[in-house]
Amino acid sequence: MTAIPVLAAPARGVTQARVVRSEWTKFWTVRSTRWSLLVATVLTIGFPILASVIISSHWGSQSPHDRATFNPLDPALIGSQIAQLAIGVLGVLVVSGEYSTGMIRATLTAVPKRLPVLWAKAGVFGAVTFALMLPSVLIAFFASQSILSRHDASYSWHHAGVARAVIGAVLYLVVVAVLTVGIGAVFRSTAGGIATFAAIFFVLPPIMNVLPSSWNSAISPYLPSEAGRAVIQLTHDSGTLAPWTGFGLFALYAAIALAAGAVVLKVRDA
Amino acid sequence: MIAAHLLTKDYGDKRAVDGLTFEVQPGIVTGFLGPNGSGKSTTMRLVLGLDRPTAGEVTVNGKPYAEHDAPLREVGALLEARSVHTGRSARNHLRALAQTHGIARARVQELIDLVGLHDVAGKRAGKFSLGMGQRLGIATALLGDPATVMLDEPVNGLDPEGIQWIRALLRGLAAEGRTVFVSSHLMSEMSMTADHLIVIGRGRLIADTSVRAFVAAASKDLVRVRTPDASALLEAIARLDGSVRVEPDGTFEVAGVGAEEIGRAAAAQGIVLFELTPHEASLEEAFMEITRGELEYSHEEVVA
Ligand SMILES: Nc1ncnc2c1ncn2[C@@H]1O[C@H](COP(=O)(O)OP(=O)(O)OP(=O)(O)O)[C@@H](O)[C@H]1O
Ligand SMILES: [Mg+2]
Repeated sequence: MTAIPVLAAPARGVTQARVVRSEWTKFWTVRSTRWSLLVATVLTIGFPILASVIISSHWGSQSPHDRATFNPLDPALIGSQIAQLAIGVLGVLVVSGEYSTGMIRATLTAVPKRLPVLWAKAGVFGAVTFALMLPSVLIAFFASQSILSRHDASYSWHHAGVARAVIGAVLYLVVVAVLTVGIGAVFRSTAGGIATFAAIFFVLPPIMNVLPSSWNSAISPYLPSEAGRAVIQLTHDSGTLAPWTGFGLFALYAAIALAAGAVVLKVRDA
Repeated sequence: MIAAHLLTKDYGDKRAVDGLTFEVQPGIVTGFLGPNGSGKSTTMRLVLGLDRPTAGEVTVNGKPYAEHDAPLREVGALLEARSVHTGRSARNHLRALAQTHGIARARVQELIDLVGLHDVAGKRAGKFSLGMGQRLGIATALLGDPATVMLDEPVNGLDPEGIQWIRALLRGLAAEGRTVFVSSHLMSEMSMTADHLIVIGRGRLIADTSVRAFVAAASKDLVRVRTPDASALLEAIARLDGSVRVEPDGTFEVAGVGAEEIGRAAAAQGIVLFELTPHEASLEEAFMEITRGELEYSHEEVVA
């Protein structure tokens, strides 16, 4: 067996669609994917049900004020807000895992134009996040509201702004997915990528609270996570952006992160 | 065919590849030879566009690698550093790469069988031994039925049977008319497989020649001499315009003077000789001869 078998059907050219198929295979064939997505799903559905059960069982002992200001959407979407951690970490890993293992060299040898790889990674992960989180968030919403409905403390799907906020929570996670793929491509390392993601989403917002309040209110609404959350909130006041304005800004941040990742991928040695 | 023109790569202050110009022809095995750190792996990464040249250019079949529509059909490469996700199975690794080029799934199984990985193809690549990883890398290189095969130290980590297999594979690939470019820092390994040699040292081209011409040019008649009276013999040989390399065990490797002359000079001065053996430089010695002074890390003690 000295000679290699000649390819029966010759290899065809690299196209964006083929790179997407390849990235789809890669995405599902490492363990971190399945674990992260399982965690994200369990958090998204589990927390709202748990929170609603607790709220429901303590409803009788709540003060009238607490009952009046209770927002039934809060428990419904709490899970998806926690799940962004799992989504964000996976987004970084989708790229940084290739660098830490050396896989990136095989990937870029197959696709030396490079950028199709990044678009495919962001596209595949964004689409999977949407496909998985849409039913999860809907289940979380209807399950939590049906638990809360016995106290007349629930929203119907048709209540003004509810559908937008629930779908918005799904879209928010899709943007987190794309944004963190971009962060992964910029930093290339798992530690650096996850630290940056955590800093932007979980460190920056509380830091704003120690700034003078005029600064805080001037900056906070424009932070990525705060801007993105505008679409999840039922009502907005002068301190937050309008739902789709905020979401648009959040998506713009993701586009910038992805573009920065594209520049790094294209320019730097692999 | 691979063609490099004044190819240069700097890493910071360090010049890893320095104005390399060469061509690698199809139908033969071309050995890419150089001491450690001479720039072989860097050159191969430059061919694939993984690293960008500081100056100069390198093309594959007339175009930069990245400009081909189906790059894996042009070049199949085994790189020095492992290039596999440790958490993915060998089969899925090959499948994912095949999909970028629309290569059928059957091809993946074919290659797994060819390199002898059928028993472990479903295992995570991170659990592979060095040799298994090397076989997976070779399967990856052959995936696209490439016109050019470029392997960076492919025998690394292979057992004797694997080494035999690689040699046969390389010759077979060349016989099919493919361009075969293989790096090594072992001249002896290259002598078993290569027809042509490109030798570099410190990133620079030292020789671009057929194996036969290389050996003829570099090898001299050498004489091995052992004596208890080293300094007297060194002087005597210096008077005869010979050059001496002192081996670690104290033996002299004398070049430029015949055994008879050395014997006569020693007798004339009463120098005792324990050994006086003429021999031809081996391929390895020819290589060391030609790369002397181009070594990145030299351990040799050279006495003129
Ligand atoms: N990514 C890098 N960053 C900085 N320096 C590098 C890099 N890659 C290679 N070098 C340096 O460039 C030089 C050439 O290295 P290279 O790996 O190409 O040599 P080589 O001929 O393949 O050696 P070996 O036989 O040991 O594999 C070395 O001095 C090395 O330290
Ligand atoms: Mg090397």
